[in-house]
Amino acid sequence: MFLVNVIVTLFLAGGVFFLLVGSIGLLRFPDFYTRLHATGKCDTLGGGLIIFGLLIYHLFHYFHYPLVPVRLLFLIFFIFIANPTATHTVMKAAYRTGVKPWKLGEKRQ
Amino acid sequence: MISIFLVTALLIIASIFLSLYRGVVGPGVFNRVAAVNVIGTKTIALLVILGYYFERPLFFDIAILYAMLNFIGALVFAKYIERGDVCS
Repeated sequence: MFLVNVIVTLFLAGGVFFLLVGSIGLLRFPDFYTRLHATGKCDTLGGGLIIFGLLIYHLFHYFHYPLVPVRLLFLIFFIFIANPTATHTVMKAAYRTGVKPWKLGEKRQ
Repeated sequence: MISIFLVTALLIIASIFLSLYRGVVGPGVFNRVAAVNVIGTKTIALLVILGYYFERPLFFDIAILYAMLNFIGALVFAKYIERGDVCS
């Protein structure tokens, strides 16, 4: 059980690391497109890692209820499909309405 | 293990507040929508962790509902910006 706790803690730490890196990228990148580039991938992977770690925790600690983690599996599946799709649609809408990409030497937006 | 869940939840709340800066200050509507989308994704992870912290599995259903609403919100915004109309 101790080994399971260590593995779950590693998964949670990795997920929190990716979420924090995504937030810092959202704050510090100079452009709308680069900000979405930072967050669209980091948040997907971070949320997936956290939910996967909790799924492992559930399978070893609450094994009397084996049907509850099906929701978590569905949640991982849905996040990994829906979050890049949402990022892509928002970015395509911004590109078609004429938001200019940032170039080197310009002022940060 | 419960304390690890609590620390993880607090760190996720800190990253949510970091993204909230871009949602409030960010120039233009696109930055704000990106920040709201990011906050929604982080809230899903926060809800799942709080479900294990309070030992209430009903939080997972709320997380699934939140993910679907977040996705549909982003799609409706993109469609409205591109075509000028939601139902066309």
